[in-house]
Amino acid sequence: MSAAYPRLSSAAREELRRRLLGLIEGHRVVIFSKSYCPHSARVKELFSSLGVDCNILELDQVDDGASVQEVLSEITNQRTVPSIFVNKVHVGGCDRTFQAHQSGVLQKLLQEDPACDYDLIVIGGGSGGLSCAQEAAALGRRVMVLDLVVPSPQGTSWGLGGTCVNVGCIPKKLMHQAALLGQALTDSRKFGWECSQQVKHNWETMTEAIQKHVGSLNRSYQRALREKAVAYVNSYGEFVEHHKIKATDGNGQETYYTAAKFVIATGERPRYLGIQGDKEYCITSDDLFSLPYCPGATLVVGASPVALECAGFLAGLGLEVTVMVSSQLLQGFDQEMAEKVASSMQQLGVRFLRKFVPVEVQQLEKGSPGKLKVVAKSTEGTEMIEGLYNTVLLAIGRDSCTKKIGLEKIGVKVNEKTGKIPVNDVEQSSVPYVYAVGDVVEGQPELMPIAVQAGRLLARRLFGGCLEKCDYINAPTVVFTPLEYGCCGYAEEKAVEVYRKENLEVYHTLFWPLEWTVACRDSNTCYAKIICSKFDNDRVIGFHVLGPKAGEITQGFAAAMKCGLTKQLLDDTIGIHPTCAQVFTTLEITKSSGLDATQKGC
Amino acid sequence: AAAMAALLGPAGRFRWRVRAVPGGARGAAGLRGAQLGKKVAVVDYVEPSPRGTRWGLGGTCVNVGCIPKKLMHQAALLGGMIHDASHYGWKVAQPLHDWGKMAEAVQNHVKSLNWGHRVQLQDRKVKYFNFKASFVNPHMVCGVSKGGEETLLSADHIVIATGGRPRYPTHIEGALEYGITSDDIFWLKESPGKTLVVGASYVALECAGFLTGLGLDTTVMIRSVPLRAFDQQMASLVTEHMAVHGTRILRGCTPLRVERLSDGRLQVTWVDLASDKKDTGTFDTVLWAVGRVPETRGLNLEKAGVRTNPNTQKILVDAQEATSVPHIYAIGDVAEGRPELTPTAIMAGRLLAQRLCSRSSDLMDYDNVPTTVFTPLEYGCVGLSEEEAVARHGEERVEVYHAYYKPLEFVVPERDASQCYIKMVCLREPPQLVLGLHFLGPNAGEVTQGFALGIKCGASYQHVMRTVGIHPTCAEEVAKLRISKRSGLDPTVTGCG
Repeated sequence: MSAAYPRLSSAAREELRRRLLGLIEGHRVVIFSKSYCPHSARVKELFSSLGVDCNILELDQVDDGASVQEVLSEITNQRTVPSIFVNKVHVGGCDRTFQAHQSGVLQKLLQEDPACDYDLIVIGGGSGGLSCAQEAAALGRRVMVLDLVVPSPQGTSWGLGGTCVNVGCIPKKLMHQAALLGQALTDSRKFGWECSQQVKHNWETMTEAIQKHVGSLNRSYQRALREKAVAYVNSYGEFVEHHKIKATDGNGQETYYTAAKFVIATGERPRYLGIQGDKEYCITSDDLFSLPYCPGATLVVGASPVALECAGFLAGLGLEVTVMVSSQLLQGFDQEMAEKVASSMQQLGVRFLRKFVPVEVQQLEKGSPGKLKVVAKSTEGTEMIEGLYNTVLLAIGRDSCTKKIGLEKIGVKVNEKTGKIPVNDVEQSSVPYVYAVGDVVEGQPELMPIAVQAGRLLARRLFGGCLEKCDYINAPTVVFTPLEYGCCGYAEEKAVEVYRKENLEVYHTLFWPLEWTVACRDSNTCYAKIICSKFDNDRVIGFHVLGPKAGEITQGFAAAMKCGLTKQLLDDTIGIHPTCAQVFTTLEITKSSGLDATQKGC
Repeated sequence: AAAMAALLGPAGRFRWRVRAVPGGARGAAGLRGAQLGKKVAVVDYVEPSPRGTRWGLGGTCVNVGCIPKKLMHQAALLGGMIHDASHYGWKVAQPLHDWGKMAEAVQNHVKSLNWGHRVQLQDRKVKYFNFKASFVNPHMVCGVSKGGEETLLSADHIVIATGGRPRYPTHIEGALEYGITSDDIFWLKESPGKTLVVGASYVALECAGFLTGLGLDTTVMIRSVPLRAFDQQMASLVTEHMAVHGTRILRGCTPLRVERLSDGRLQVTWVDLASDKKDTGTFDTVLWAVGRVPETRGLNLEKAGVRTNPNTQKILVDAQEATSVPHIYAIGDVAEGRPELTPTAIMAGRLLAQRLCSRSSDLMDYDNVPTTVFTPLEYGCVGLSEEEAVARHGEERVEVYHAYYKPLEFVVPERDASQCYIKMVCLREPPQLVLGLHFLGPNAGEVTQGFALGIKCGASYQHVMRTVGIHPTCAEEVAKLRISKRSGLDPTVTGCG
């Protein structure tokens, strides 16, 4: 019989086996069934009469049903459906299940597995971990979250919620907003508001207000966990053996917990340079948002979104800012856009030192802020330069928190180079009962909404009988530099690499937001670009916008790209007048034409 | 504004082929025609408003519509941002606003656009006449210059794109003598002071919104329902937000007369329609925003045989934008049953020009036109209102997902977000096709545009839900709409994630 089915490669077979074991281990009752099979129907009725929720996989309704049946028969030695598992035990088919019911064995099996303290322990209380924990709890599972923030080398620590809430998106966007408001004050004079010419900014007022909001979010996360009956333990989690974890609290008190399943959601922390003086005198994004004093003249080291975003808002708040970049700006992003981002920042007074890396940081004076001397060397030659700054902010990348959580004790594979955890398309690690979501996962965009979505869907698959996987394709991203940069889909150079240049048409234009006209801001800074695949109906495969409110603009276009947006549809859609977003409905100039893309008139 | 364009004969003999063409949006058809190798002329003349306000080339949008409106809206938003700024650490006290300075800046921008349009016409070899035009016969138009000189123009194709002008409620005593309209407000050199805005249109609410935001004592008088053609739940949230933020709203009232007092101020008497009680108030300015009248009456349309709707005075057109006379077309606000929006006029003009020059046979698609009302809290929408969806498909077949959300930027200055609300109207049956999206919040225009495309692409509820959010933005809330109205669950978003 099995010869009639396509043979699986051994890798695919192993993968499927892992998935099935995951399914079986993750659920109280699993029924492998076929929707038309009367025996399957009887078994389903039996469990429903017992008031027991079952996870049912209809083999005739999934694409790989035949392969599932093949692998399943290897696991169980039973070729037919239905095939029933109760608390990981293979009960058998229809007849044997009814026998077990009559003898009382089934009822015994149905009692919760008493061996583990929890159904699920989540390590890490960030966006991904919390969404997974809450969803699992909502599905009636016993769930624990372990979260302890190891203080930064500068001693900064924070509450529940992970990077995004405490030292990421939220405080960053608020400081960005503070800087935009500074720009608004300047604009407002042109619009008739009699604002004084020299408005000073008070760092402490801003930081206090932002930290107040962050604190309220920390509390609301704790409250949400309480309400959903998730056990929240403010301790550091570390595997000691299979299914068992050691939780160490801030006082060194150790407690052990066991669980059937684990989710690793420990995220990442900023990387240090490993040069003299870096951990002693430099700060990172972990420290900046709650810094109790104004950082003053700042050197930002790095070319990541975090680096440019921080440099942007610090400059917008009136500080002297220098960015030191070793190679490419915004690596992985469209490089034309990245350069435009940088030049828009230069217009605001940010200084860029390209192709230099710091080799030493010395403290000249203590204080809040103090005075630091930075020695840097050229990446291309032997040139050395020195600079004096009040603050040095490192934003050169982030390292996964996977080193000190005992993964080696249970055999979870970690990419040694990146420290990230490779998972399959259902977030499962090399150890079937251990999963990973968020920034620790290898090869996925490091975005908070993705972590949330992945965590929530994982819980639903593990405990809710849902099969939906997280869709990582065409995730839109926005860099909140002073002029925001939003994108979705391919960078131009990546598109050329994948599709070849002759198969692409790139439409672009500079544009002048209406609000900028009266404010006398530059008319040829904002830029819109789309990349279309010529032989696929001019489908839009890359979307890029540099301008105010790019975050708000990009979201809807991302939704449209999910539905197969084409150039024709862009042309057929009426613009909303007067907005920046409407520029995408009237793109006429192709890059290949070489025509001028500067903007004139309305 | 009577705007006409003439199409020169291909041989270049001076046989004018005249087209009445759109002014701002209007120019588009003419420009296109010229770009496509035809000989084209635009005839445009702005009849001064009863207050004597006049302006240049470009039509309503550029001169007395979208452009100055959005800029004054921006001025008002900046006032709010100055207030916010102190919470974000900027040491600034709430300053006063200088209307004159703003108006000058706005007007200068508009004048630069007028100039830009002139240059564009020249660049594309479109002949421009500053004439007031009327038909002599179906192929001939008579243009009268400012000095009274007459010129006869003829053309193969004529496009009428004369737009509309604000309506004066002439039955109200003093309305015409003392009131102004949106034709005047953007060109005032001095602050309008305490203002009564009469009307329930988006123009009325937008003007009242920015006047309030600029610190003026502003009242809106609405006879029945605000924003009649829009989703009514959204409309009431819009007015609720305005009321909370200082605009006085008089519902169910209609003015009876306007008198000038000895100190020059205006006394308005109105009646409350429910109680029949009369009341009076004193204002510096009364702004009528009670609708618009198409500019068809001076065109002598009957001489060309072009038919209009006797009730609306708008020109009857078919899907080709052709009037009852096949070689005469009408686009923009003057055409019956078309949305009164600049981008639709532009696109209709462009497509028409392409058809006339046999470059394409594409027709204008008037479905799912997105739009945004620039009230202090902006309202963007595309597709069907909830009422319209229910009327078309039945309540049982419609699912509405909704959320009250709080923009992140609001938390630090502790702004009230009670009216920040989103709803997505879908078919209930899988895959739950999206019928309409309604977004009330900051930057609604920017948010709505992309989703309008999504709806054009046939987006389903699932498509939108599978879109990864951009964090932290307001737009991401659209991709997180999980609560249906039918479920009765609380749609308030708490926390992020």
